[in-house]
Parts: sequence; structure tokens; C-alpha cells
Amino acid sequence: MPGLERFRNFSIVAHVDHGKSTLADRILELTGAVDPRDMRAQYLDSMDLERERGITIKAQNVRLHWDDHILHLIDTPGHVDFGYEVSRSLAACEGALLLVDASQGIEAQTLANCYLALEHDLTIVAALNKIDLPAAEPDRVAGEIEHVLGIPASEILQISAKTGEGVPALLDMLVAKIPPPQGDADAPLQALIFDSIYDAYRGVVSSVRVFNGTLTNGARLRYVQAKATHDAEEVGVRHPVPTPVAALGPGEVGYLIAGIKDVGQARVGETVTTAAHPAAELPGYRDPKPMVFCGLYPVDGDEYANLREALERLRLNDSSFTYEPETSGALGFGFRCGFLGLLHMEIVRERLEREYDLSLVATAPNVEYQIQLVDGRVEIVDNPSAMPTPNEIASIEEPYVNVTVLTPSEYIGPIMELCQQRRGEMTRMEYLSEERVELVYVLPLAEIVMDFFDQLKSRTKGYASLDYEPIGYRPSNLSKVDVLLNNVPVDAFSTIVHRDRAYEYGKRMTEKLRELIPRQLFDVPIQAAVGGRIIARETVKAKRKDVIAKCYGGDITRKRKLLERQKEGKKRMKQIGRVEVPQEAFVAALRLDD
Amino acid sequence: MGAAQFGVYVHIPFCASRCDYCDFATWTDRAHVIDDYVAACITDLRRRQRDLPVATSVFFGGGTPSLLDAAQLTAILDAIPRAPHGEVTVECNPDSVDLDKLQAYRDAGVNRVSFGVQSMRLHVLAALGRTHDPDNVARAVDAARAAGIDRVNVDLIYGTPGETVDDWAATLDAALALGPEHVSAYALTVEPGTPLGKAVAAGTRAAPDDDDQATKYELADDRLTAAGLPWYEISNWARPGEECRHNLLYWQGGDYAAIGCAAHGHTSSPKGASRRFWNVRTPERYVAAMAQGSSTEAGCEALDGREREAERVMLALRTARGIKLPVARADPSRVASCLDDLADLGLVTRNDDRVVLTRRGRLLGNEVAARLLAAIEQPTTAIGTR
Repeated sequence: MPGLERFRNFSIVAHVDHGKSTLADRILELTGAVDPRDMRAQYLDSMDLERERGITIKAQNVRLHWDDHILHLIDTPGHVDFGYEVSRSLAACEGALLLVDASQGIEAQTLANCYLALEHDLTIVAALNKIDLPAAEPDRVAGEIEHVLGIPASEILQISAKTGEGVPALLDMLVAKIPPPQGDADAPLQALIFDSIYDAYRGVVSSVRVFNGTLTNGARLRYVQAKATHDAEEVGVRHPVPTPVAALGPGEVGYLIAGIKDVGQARVGETVTTAAHPAAELPGYRDPKPMVFCGLYPVDGDEYANLREALERLRLNDSSFTYEPETSGALGFGFRCGFLGLLHMEIVRERLEREYDLSLVATAPNVEYQIQLVDGRVEIVDNPSAMPTPNEIASIEEPYVNVTVLTPSEYIGPIMELCQQRRGEMTRMEYLSEERVELVYVLPLAEIVMDFFDQLKSRTKGYASLDYEPIGYRPSNLSKVDVLLNNVPVDAFSTIVHRDRAYEYGKRMTEKLRELIPRQLFDVPIQAAVGGRIIARETVKAKRKDVIAKCYGGDITRKRKLLERQKEGKKRMKQIGRVEVPQEAFVAALRLDD
Repeated sequence: MGAAQFGVYVHIPFCASRCDYCDFATWTDRAHVIDDYVAACITDLRRRQRDLPVATSVFFGGGTPSLLDAAQLTAILDAIPRAPHGEVTVECNPDSVDLDKLQAYRDAGVNRVSFGVQSMRLHVLAALGRTHDPDNVARAVDAARAAGIDRVNVDLIYGTPGETVDDWAATLDAALALGPEHVSAYALTVEPGTPLGKAVAAGTRAAPDDDDQATKYELADDRLTAAGLPWYEISNWARPGEECRHNLLYWQGGDYAAIGCAAHGHTSSPKGASRRFWNVRTPERYVAAMAQGSSTEAGCEALDGREREAERVMLALRTARGIKLPVARADPSRVASCLDDLADLGLVTRNDDRVVLTRRGRLLGNEVAARLLAAIEQPTTAIGTR
């Protein structure tokens, strides 16, 4: 086993599109890890979804050889939803490479992750990427980084991951500046799981970093959080081709397969030790906590069983989302699901549709509310239709987040306007340079969950970036808005909004539904109500005519087929009271974002 | 009405020009085929003569049957074995008839003519792509009377975009002023593939509005009823006793023969099943089938007893006689509960053992039929055990 002083463990901290995957590709090439013939773009992003979206969801790791040193590159998830996963990846490292686009400048989330790296006492090596582009402003961006992170501009490298310029010097710098890991090979085993994926053939494959002791193939292991014991079936390193090894010593990064069938049993942050000589748990473990919730329903009710199976299987792969069955009068049988954030929700939904060939309807996302009842009890509600009636409620609290926005200074006005509309309170504003500003707001998470990110992007031509972190619950003046169809509440459209915005929501939803609900045999009122009070109303006028004018000798067969279709169509209608609504109408009403 | 009703439908697939809304099997450029076509119809009838029951009604439809020479049409008619006092209808374009032609029809046994009038307003006719002059309609009706044809129908269309309610009222009044025994009034229907259908799909012309058509239907029903022509089918009104017997045959599930291209026929079998079939679509292929002695049939559909019962309900529901209870092969309690709902909605009325659409029900006839069919279709354990 090589000596500890030859190892360097580092993560790349970068914003989406700042070139992290391209740099990883160049490093793989330069270090000879991947034969140029086998090279493909974004080599480490293994999911199709990751390649398409240009984001990393799963943490990957790879062992590289550079100038007599062994480098472990740990690729971290690139989205605010996965902040906890990022923190565990960083915990597995001694250094972080801060990669910033030389024309864009540092983005909010990159900054947040950098602070996180500093909290873990990581050594930061900074580099400006894309210096080959005409729009690159390396001096300005280096100045910003110096201002916010205190890294001297003179020490910031300039590279082009695309052309490879400056990448060898960067690798040299990583070796020179990042300290080697420390650890005691003879101490009881302490290994950190910083990612787990589910492989259909091998079961759970965990990425691990050994801190102390030795992780030996065949050893009887103790998973501290899961309180379970498993045998190490295979221990190995990724070159990036997985290669079994006899053992991983202190400071080493690799993978572990232990016959586990469910990633929930090998969660990110888990400590692995030996059953014979258990060591203390490593700090920083947290149960995944869903922040955003929505109902997921199959468009075709017959797909319910398939959806349940898909959720079960996806959860083997991703233990951070939750689901439980729920029934909706409008949408039928489905599941209430909890996610780490909006992107996580989108990813799960997209994977369900794509990998399990399902067509799904999602209800509007919402957060979890703490409701203080008049009788003194507290209820946690993650589904608007489960909200107690107004007279039972003493007060409602909702989750708040600290939002950091980094933006070119010209967009300060529009961003402040947006944040104010969304009940935001500014806590700080700081110029990073003449052109770039950091704005910090306290906002209800529910406001972010709506379409805050899209709004922010459109108001700043895509230049502003966003990061947020939960800061706990605060009381809010909220009300539940119900939507009633012919006086019957439609659960799928109930929502919880700030009292000032109840009317706006009610009006928008009733207008939408008036367009989407087919005319019935009678007038159908569509109402929005808060408590018992109607705040908006539309009417779908009764249908007056549908009859086919002609039915003679040559029309009979065609006419009968038409009626058969109409009759079959009726079977697919959802019955809300006496109103027949095609499922597509609900789907369309939930999909429209405007 | 006699016990053994049998109809013969003869399709004449030729027109002088094509109307924008028409999706019938008809051609404007086949004058050279007409002689062969007439001969083929006669051959078809002669070959079948031994199998054909005696016709209690004959209907020449199109296309424009009156486009044929009188001698051609009457030659076909002569080849059809007919019951004494049977009904013989010819659809006529007001532009292509005169006294001589109508007299020749009368002499050959034609006793009913149906004029395609559609509208008495010029701008509405233009919007429909029709060429005739409304003044010709009065001349044509007078000629029919003079020829001794005492049963006259006028076909009308309502709800053409651009037609006001006043336009429609004027059309109804002018049509009634002709003293017809029978009026058919149809909501303009946009059929895909027609010039109108394409224009609506392209957004260059407005689609008819259901509410406008409903208003005009009610207006028609008011005026026609007041003039002594009550409704007897959703789109048909007649003086009592002047109902079209041939069309009633369709709505009563009767049998009829198909002569000519694109014509449909129906033959019931003794055990309650039946068969619907239709001929090749073009006149050339019909002529060729006759020349080769091959079948003229292009397609067919066999209906079992249940399907036929569902069809019977669907058709009878369109008529003023309505459907008779109980509905065979259906769960009576389900049917009753469905009918109660429909009655509550003001769509049907029940008189003793019959169920009839209300006026609102007529306008929503598809909805009523679909609900009723769903109620009838529900399988019940009683089937086969009673």
C-alpha cells in the first residue's frame, strides 16, 4: 500500500456550465486514466439525464495517477437540492478545486459550496476556466474571487478545459497545495459513505473514503446508522474502470459492495466500521429530509400498480425521496411524494417516466406546514387537502430559507421587486466588484417552490444565480384555497397560499378550468373558496347541442361507432359530483404554469 | 303500415357542381360515365330480381338524381319490382327540373320529390357554395304540383356562419310559403376533407356555432310545428301522414337494397342478427363490377342480436315514436335509473311504455343515446337465464 503522503483527495466545486465535466474529461485523458479511443464527453456523468441536463446528480469518484502521486477526484452533485450530498463529498476530501467561468464570474451556489469547503478545512485551489473565449475577463473575475473568498488573485490559475491549456499546471498545483490525508492504519475502521447507487446485478455500490483503519475485502462490517452488519463482498477503486483490491487503507477512496439491496441501508453520510472492532461514528450524518412535496398520479389509472413498483425500485437507488399512497377524487390513486427540492422532484419524475415508461401527472408542489390547532395539538401537513378547517387552526408556520443571489448589478432592481412580491425580506447586499452584487433575502420556501427560479432567470437574462438554505419555521398568514366544481371541492387544486394571494390563485384557477372543462348538460359553477367564502367564480354554460343532424341508411354504421366512442369516452371521465371531466383537463390545468 | 316493408335505395353519384360542405360520393366530371352507370344499375337490379322483395319504397338519392335524363331515371325505376301505392322519392336540384321531366317522373310512378333548397338567402347560399337561384325553388315546386306529384319535401340547412337568426327565419317562412308536405332541416356539419372542412381547419372560415344552431333548431321547430308540420325525427317535420316512409324504414331498423356505387344496404336474419353492407365507392368500379359479374360490395358489418338491439335503440330514439320499453337484453333497473336521470335533466319524457326525447333532448341526442347505450350494455346475470 502506498504511503499516505502520495495521496491527494479533492472535489471540483463549480457552477453548472462552468466546465466541470469537461475539465474532468481532460484530467482523465492527461493522466491516462481513459484511453483516448474510449473517451466520450462528460465521462463521469453516467446517467443519460445527467448528460442531457448538464448537471451531475450522483457523486462519482476516480483514482488518477499524476507524477508519482495518486489523486482521487470526487465529482459532486451540482445543485442546491443536494447540498447535504455535497457536504459529505467534501468531507471525504482534503482539498477543493474551485472552478469559475472566466466570463461569468462566481455563482451563488459555487460560493456557498466554497464556504462549505472552508468549513471542512479544505484547501482551496482556484482556477478560471474558458480563458480561450473572447468574452473572458480573467482579471475582473479573479478580483471578485479575491474579494469574496480571500484567495489572492495572483494565485488563481487560468485554464481552458476545452483546449487543455493550463490543465497540467493545475494538476501540479493540486499536488503541491493540497495536503495529503492523515489516518491510522492500525486504528479501528472508520469509512465514510459519500454516495450509494443501486446496481441491478451487484446491489448497492457505495463510494467510500477510509479515514482510519483498513477496509478489507471479506471483512464483516458494521453500518452504524443502519445498525446492520454486512460482509464486504468486493472492495475496489475506479480507474475509472472498477478494479477490485484487497483493501483500502487510510486516506484512500474507492467503492464497496456488501450485498445490500436498498440504498436506504447505505445512506450518504453513513459510517462503516468493522463488526469486530467498532469505531466511533464520523460526524455530520443527517437523515434526508424532504422539503418539497407533490402528488404523483398515473395519467392512466390502470398504471397505478406499475407506478408503485417503479417508486419501490427507484427508491433502491435514491433513499432521499419519500412516498406514500394517497387518493384524489380528481386524479384517482397515486402517491404523495417528498423531495429534497424542486430539481430533485423533476429528476425523480423524469426518471419514473423515462426509465419505467410511465405517464404521470404531478400536482402543484408545496412545502410542509406546521399547524398549531386551537386545542393545543400541532399537526404537520404536507398535503393541502389534509389542512384542518380554519376554525380549528390557531396559527400556521411555514419553512423559511435564506436565499443568496449573485447578480450583475444592473439587475438589482428587478430582483428586489421579485423578492418583495414573494414576501422576501432583504438581510444583506454587498458589491463583490463594481459589476457584481450579492443579495441575501429571507423568503418562505413555498415562494421559491412556485416558479421563483424561472422568474429570476427571466428577469436577469439568465445571469443571476441562486442558492438557499433552510432556516426553520416562521408563522405566516396563510390560507387554504379550495376549488369547487359544481359545489364539490376538487382536492387536486387545493392549495395553501398567503392570504394576499388567495384571490389571485382562485381567479387564475377558475378561469383555467372554465376553458378546460367541457360543457355539461347543466350550468357548472367553478368557484374558489377560502373557508366557506367564495372568492372567485366562473361558469361553464350548459351544452345545448351535440346531436348529429343526419342519420340515414348510409350513416347508421358510422353513427353507431361515433356513439360507441362517446360511450367509451364517458368511462374514462372522472366523475366530480355530477360533473364529468376528462382526466386530460385536470392534467392540463396542473401543467399550465402561466 | 304493412307488415313486409322493404326499401330500395338508388345512388346517383353525379352533380353539376359540388357544394362546399358536401362529403357524399358524388362527382362533377363524370358525364361520360352516366350511360354506362344507368345500364349497370339496371343490370344489377335484373340480376337480383329473383332475390329482391317487392319494394314498398324507393329512394333516388345522390348526388343529383334529377341530373339524369328522365328516361334514364325511369328506366332504372322500371327495373325495380314495386308494391302498388309504394312511395317513390327523387332528390332534385331546383335548377335541373322542369315540367316535362317531372311529368315523366310522375308517369313512371314517382310520387314524391325532395328539393335541395338549403337557404332562401343568397349570401347564405354563396357561403355554402350553392349555385341555385331561390326563385327557381318556387318554379320547381309549382312544376311538381303541375305534374301531379303531390308530396314535396324541401331540404334546409341552418347555422351556416354568416347566417343570422333573421336569415334563418326568412328561409323558414319562404320554405313554408311553398306549401311543402315535408321539411328536412339540418344543422350545417363540417366534414373533414370537404372545402368547408379544409377552410375551417386552416382557420380561414369560421366553424358553425353549436349554440347558434341550437337557437335556430328551436326556431325551426316552433315555426314548422305552428305551420302544421310536427317533428317526427330529429331533423324531419311533416304533415301527419306525410312522413317519408323510406326514411322511417331506416329508423325502424328495416331492410333495404343498395343499388349503385356507395349505396348502403341492410338485411336482417330471422334470429335477430343482421348485416349492413355497402358498395364500391366510385361509379367506374360499380360499372366494372357489373361488367365482370363480380360483387359490388366493398364492405360489410355483421351485427349480433345485442348490437342490433343497441342500434335499434339509437335509431328509434331519433323519432317521435321513441323507444319502446322494456329494452330487450338489458337490465331493466339500470335502464330505468338512466331514464330517470335523463328525465330529471329534462331530456326525455315517458309516456306509458315509450320514451321520447324532449326538444332539449333532441338537441342533445348524442349524449342521451350514449348514456342509454351505456346503461343497456352493462352485462347482467339475467342475460341468458330468462
